[in-house]
Parts: sequence; structure tokens; C-alpha cells
Amino acid sequence: MSQLTTVTNEAPRGALSSLRTRLSERWLTLGILALCILLSVPTITVFSSIFGDSEGVWSHLASTVLGDYVSQSAMLMVGVGLAVLVLGIGPAWLVTMTRFPGSRHLEWALVLPLAMPAYIIAYTYTGMLDVGGPLQSWIRTTFEVRYGDYWFPQIRSIGGAITMLSLVLYPYVYLLTRTAFIEQSVCVLEVSRTLGASPFKAFSRVALPLARPAIMAALSLVLMETLADYGTVQYFGVSAFTTGIYRTWFGLGSPIAAAQLAAVLMVFILGLVLAEHWSRSKARYHHTSNKYTRLPRIELHGWKRAAAMFYCFFPVVFGFLIPFIQLSLWAFDTWELLDRSNFLGLFGNSLKLASITAVIALFLSLFITYSKRLRPGIFLRGIVRVLGLGYAIPGTVVAVGVLIPFAWFDNTLDAWMREQFDISTGLLFSGTLVAVVFAYLVRFLPVSMNTLDAGLGKIKPTMDDVGRSLGLKPLQILRRVHIPVMKGSLLTASLLVFVDVLKELPATLILRPFNFNTLAIRTYELANQERLAEASSTALMIVLAGIIPVIILSQTISKSRPGYEPSTRTQ
Amino acid sequence: MRRVLTTIATVLCASLVQADEVNIYSAREENLIKPILDIYSRETGVTVNLVTGGADELIQRLSLEGANSPADLLLTVDVGRLYRAKEAGVLQSVQSPLLDAEVPANYRDSEGYWYALSLRSRVIVYDKERVNPADLSTYADLADPKWRGKICVRSSSNIYNQSMVASMVSRNGVAQTEEWAEGLVANFARSPQGGDREQISAIAAGQCQVALVNTYYLAGLLSSSNPADRANGEAVAVFWPDQNSNGAHINISGAAVTKAAKNKDAAVKLMEYLVGDEAQHWYAETNNEFPVRDDVQSSELLKSWGEFKADDIALDQLGIHNAEAVRLMDRAGWK
Repeated sequence: MSQLTTVTNEAPRGALSSLRTRLSERWLTLGILALCILLSVPTITVFSSIFGDSEGVWSHLASTVLGDYVSQSAMLMVGVGLAVLVLGIGPAWLVTMTRFPGSRHLEWALVLPLAMPAYIIAYTYTGMLDVGGPLQSWIRTTFEVRYGDYWFPQIRSIGGAITMLSLVLYPYVYLLTRTAFIEQSVCVLEVSRTLGASPFKAFSRVALPLARPAIMAALSLVLMETLADYGTVQYFGVSAFTTGIYRTWFGLGSPIAAAQLAAVLMVFILGLVLAEHWSRSKARYHHTSNKYTRLPRIELHGWKRAAAMFYCFFPVVFGFLIPFIQLSLWAFDTWELLDRSNFLGLFGNSLKLASITAVIALFLSLFITYSKRLRPGIFLRGIVRVLGLGYAIPGTVVAVGVLIPFAWFDNTLDAWMREQFDISTGLLFSGTLVAVVFAYLVRFLPVSMNTLDAGLGKIKPTMDDVGRSLGLKPLQILRRVHIPVMKGSLLTASLLVFVDVLKELPATLILRPFNFNTLAIRTYELANQERLAEASSTALMIVLAGIIPVIILSQTISKSRPGYEPSTRTQ
Repeated sequence: MRRVLTTIATVLCASLVQADEVNIYSAREENLIKPILDIYSRETGVTVNLVTGGADELIQRLSLEGANSPADLLLTVDVGRLYRAKEAGVLQSVQSPLLDAEVPANYRDSEGYWYALSLRSRVIVYDKERVNPADLSTYADLADPKWRGKICVRSSSNIYNQSMVASMVSRNGVAQTEEWAEGLVANFARSPQGGDREQISAIAAGQCQVALVNTYYLAGLLSSSNPADRANGEAVAVFWPDQNSNGAHINISGAAVTKAAKNKDAAVKLMEYLVGDEAQHWYAETNNEFPVRDDVQSSELLKSWGEFKADDIALDQLGIHNAEAVRLMDRAGWK
């Protein structure tokens, strides 16, 4: 009898607690959903412009410059897309699987160009290579020739823009692909070798296809960033889509047509993403083996060693070392002219915004991607798709897309409070850092979501099932099963967002509160006055602020591999 | 919690006492305005808060924030944007006998919505060695085939080009201006790229012989600490165009009180300070702009370029014809 009571007493308690978890899980899901909807408001605002009346601006654009915008943007995408694949995948494989002089340092050095804002590298190379720059001046005085008597590549051209963007964007591909290679089980590679595949075949037939989700995630980030870039294309005089958006908005005074151009851009990106998704069709990229032994690194010799070294040093030298040295020289030259009184303040502001956003973005995207894994409903999937487009929208458009709902909310609340209580609440969120961070999330959440999505996709669903059958709740599975396995992806995601925020300019510029500046703003303001040399000090500080986490994290990423043994590092 | 309450209390008290402060949205970059604002704060005890940014974005922010906007003053570096702000309904008119007396009538809005603080001219610069200044005359003449392959100018996305072309549209109409733009584009030495300074260094390097630039960019090169910059600047000379007709194209940097201003009186006082002796000298010396007042001297460098006749077109025309100007430049293929 007493036993029976215990049982009956226990049963409801169990049911209650499971009800409670289900409720709290539901609240969590609902909360995430609400946040997703909130975050997609700016994107949807841009989309909804499609139905607006542009008052004949489109026919003007179509008959004059639209063709240029489309063709130049297409060339940029194809050029940058191919270049980042070449610059990113090869070195990722070589530094992960082989050994050659410098390969250990290259592991992290290959990420460094990520810390270089695209417009800074563009300014720097232009300063060196332009017709009035030191190199061409030297050629002219040394060989006593005039401009036009000798051949020299034109830096400010579409080719130049492709080169600049590729040099700073390939680290996305490098990082995500390398993380994928690291998280791969060596067993599949060994099996392929025992089946007679050469090392190259093991790479091209096994490792590369397995890394496809990661590569595609990175590539889509690169292409979105390329399409959203304004600084570089504007400076090089390339008539890309973003040039058109700004020109239509401010020059022609038609915000509607400008938003429509941005919407076209987004539809195009969405098309690409879906096409890639369908082309995978039913293929899944889970890792079927969980046996991780330490990576067998092949020691390279002879010409292979030389070729590998050249291949891997090339992007670091051109994407980081040369511009870094040039910036340092400029900074040294102009050090006396600078107002350095609040350098530390700028540095602190930049770091603060970057870390806050990186942490929030990491948690949000972890929950979002995990909810999508648990309940891949059409609504959640749709919202995630919409959110994923934020990265393709130029920063200024995102900023105004954030300003509209924030100002609306503040003003509506203010009006209501005045009416009800005769109190004015003024602007609560507009013009605060909340709005700034919100805009960052709209823009950069796709970065961490793409990264985590690729990471989670590699984990077999049976892992979840096993966890469940052991009585773990979904959040416990996430914490105790998934997170340890995908530590590399988590670190990569937060690093990417951190560095992106450090470099971000247009949204910070428009949305920030009074008397608040960041390194990127100071750099831009000086560069905008065509004082490149004076802008170099803060540009360098952006780079330095980015380097430290880059190095720490890429070290952690190499150690994050399941089965990592510290002893392998002392070989 | 107590700290939060204290903060809230402080904020409330502050807004009740109305401590003297002015909040500025400025399209002038921080290093070109903050130093003079700091001097003002020190002299008067008025707190000045600053947000810088692109003029169009700031106007957008003003209009979305509406009546609750914290901004009192809008500063821009182009008259087209002041006109746009007025049209967008985010400004209010100001009655200040002092401003009206100091700022010449053609450099302020007829209804008092905005006032110029400093002037800059968009002029022709030419290669001292290869161009005979006697061959130069007007902006219109730059479309002449004799300049084929010799002209450098930046993109038509730039507001200074837009305002210049808008003033031509206002005078000569769209058709004639478009014809001129086509001629000019045919004479380009290269596809438009870079900023004004780079057009000058392209002349120094021999890529082109003639360029259109704002005066302070050349002055900036000539007074640079970098010898290479100075050499580039010294390779060119200034030619004041249209001296026998309308005069050289002028643009302004200016200020306007916002419609939502909570500190209107303080804002007007600051504007009055900015057209005062101290501030006018400061613009002239720091950024080589022309003072808006006749009785304040330009910098020595600017004076060395000689007296010139300035265009006296009503400046709001530059704003009115901006979109037409952009369209015709699109059609003419001016990238």
C-alpha cells in the first residue's frame, strides 16, 4: 500500500515536471521565434518596398545604368567567388594535413587578413600602386618615362576591386573549411587510402565533398559581403549594385527605388542559396564515424614543399603583411599630427561593441539553429532564410531599416504616455547602443548562423536520439553532446562576428548616440577627407584589436579537435 | 538599483533645470568641427554633444525621430543637403539680426532656415608645365574637343559634382547641360575614380592635364607634412573659371536649427558664434575654407591664388535641380 502511494505520488510529479520542461521549452521556442521576427523586420521592410511606386526611376535606371550595375556586380561575384575558393581551400587543407616550414604559424596567420577592412586595404594598395603613388613615380623617375609609356596594372578597376575583396574575404572560406577538415574523422580518409586513393584523391573525392556544407556556407557569406560592400567599389569607381543603391537613394532622391534595388539583390541571393540547397538534394553530410585519432600530417619535401609554401604564404603576404607594413609606415610618419587623446576610448568602444555582439549573436544563433534541427517547421525555416539575408544588405540600408521600427516604437509609446499620464518618455531606444547592437545582429547573425548550421549538420541525428533515450532533455543534449563536439564552429562563429563588428561602419555611424566613436568611424572620417596617411593609425588599431582574438581562437580551434593530443604539437 | 534610480533622478532633474547644452548632428567630420566646439564650451560653459555622419543619413534619422529627436542643430558641408532637409520638414526658421547682418544674403536661406558658415569653390586646376592657362576659360569650354583625353574628375556620385551640374541646369536648362556633360565625358582621360586629391596627383603623374576640384583639397596637399603630397600640389595651378560671366562655382558648409530643437536659443547662439571672428578664422586656417564674411581674411595660401569672382546664384537652386543633374549625368555616361 505504501509502495503504491509512492508510485501514485511520483507519477504526477514526473508528469508535472515534464510538463514544466515542455512549457519552458515552448517559451524558449516562442521567445526565439519572437526575436527572429523582430530581427527580420528590417529585412522585411526592404522587401516590402517592392510594392512601392518608384515614380519612373526604374525606367530611367533601366535605360541608363542598370545594365552596368548588374554586369559589374556579377563580375565581382564570379571573380571574388573563384578567388576565395582558391585562396581558402588549398591552404586550409595543406596546413591541416601536411607539414612544411612555417605551416604551424600559417595556421593562424592565414586568418589575419580578416582583420583588415576591405576599404582600408583598397586605400592602402591604391596609395602604393596608383598612378601618383611611390611605385609608379619611382618607375617614371628611374627610367625617365612619362605616364602611358610603360605598362602598369590599373589598381582602381573591377580587377582591382576583385583582388582587394578576395584578399580580405578568403579567410571565411579558410576558417570554415579548416574547421570542417579538423572536425572530420581521419578514418574515412584512411579508408579511402586503403581503397587505393592517392592523397590528392582522398582530398578531392572524400574530404572536399564532406566539407561541402562548410565551403558553401563560407562562400555564401563571401558573396553576400561582396554584394553589400560599398567602400571599395565606390572608391574604385566600380558601378556595382551598392553604388546604384546609394546613388538612387541620395542622388536621385528616391528611397523607394533604392530599397527596391536592395530587394532585387536579396531575391538574387535567396535564389543562389536555394539553388545550392536543392543541388544537394537528399545528400546529407553527417559524419558516420566518431573515431578520431590524431591527424597524420604528411611531411612535404622538394618542390612540393616549395609549392605549398608559396601557395600558403601568398595570401598572407598580400592580404596582410604588405598592407600592414605600409599602414605602419604611414602611422609612423603622421604620428605627430594625430589627436591621440582618446585613442584608448575609441579602442575600448570598439572592443566593447564587438564582444557584446559576438556573445549575443553566438547564443541566439545556437538556439535558432538548434530549434531548426529539432523542429524543422516551415515557418521557422522561412524566418531563418529571411534572417540569413541580412548580410547581403548594405549597412546603411540596414541602419535605416532599424531606425524605422525603433523610432516608430519610441514615438508611439511617447504619444501614448503623454495622452495617458502626461509624461513624455522621449526616445527610449533610438539613438542608443541598443539600436546599434540590434543593427549588428541583423547584419551579422547570418555569419554565426551559417557557421553553426554547418557545424550542427555534421552531427548525426542518431546522436540526438541516443541522448534522448538516455533521458536527456533537448537543452541538455545541446550542452553535453553537441557543444563539446562543435567547439570549433562555435569559436569560429564568435570570432567572425567579433571581427566584423570591429570593421563595421555605416550602421554605427548613423545609429550611434552622441559623443560616441569607434576606431572604424575615426578611420573613415580621416580617409573620407582623403587623409589616408593620418587614417592609418586607427586602421592599424582595428587590425591589432582583431589580431589578438584571431590568434587565440585559431589556436583553440586546432586544439578543439576531438582526439587532439597536445603531444602532436611538440613533434 | 539605487544607482539606476539616482541616474533616472539626475536625468529628470537635468531636463527640468535645462542646463545649457546643444546637441548637434554634423556632416562635418569630427576633426573639422570638434576643436572649435571645444573652445566654445570652454568659453561659455555650454555642453555641446556631437554625432557625425553622412548628411543624407542624418536627415533621414532626424525625420524618423520626429518631434522627439534630441538634435538641435544640423551641420552640413553642402547646400544641396540643407535644401533637402528643409524640404523634408526637419528644420525651422531662425530670426537672428546678428546672423542676418553677418551672413551675406546669397549665402543664407531667404526664409532663415539655414545659414552658410564657410565657402569653398570648385575650380579648374591644370598642369603648370603642359597647359597654357590662356587656353582655359569656362566650365563650358571643358567640353571642347581640344581637351580630348586630358580631363580628370571624380565620380558623379559625389555631391560636389552634382551641385555644380545642378547650378548649370538652373542656368542653361537640362538639354544644354546634358550636351555639355556628354562633351566632358568624351574628354575624360580615365573613368572617374578616387577623390579630388587624386585628380591632382593624376595630373602630377601625367595621366591628365586638367581637373575639377574643390579648393581646400589642393590647399590640403600644399600644406601637407608629406613631401610627395606637396610635390603633387605644386605641379598644378588654380584657374578661376567663368570670370567674365557668372563666376566660379561656390558651395557652402552651413548650419540649421532642427524643427525638434529643445534648446533653440542655445543653438542659435552657437550658430552666431560660428560666424564670429574666432570661428571664421579657424575654418580659414584649419581647413583652408573661405570665410563666409567679407571682413574676415582668408588664409595666406588661399590669398596667394588671387582675387576671384564668385558665382552669386541663389544656392537653393543647387538643391532644386540635384535629381535632374544626377539623371543627366547617368545619361551622359558620367560614372
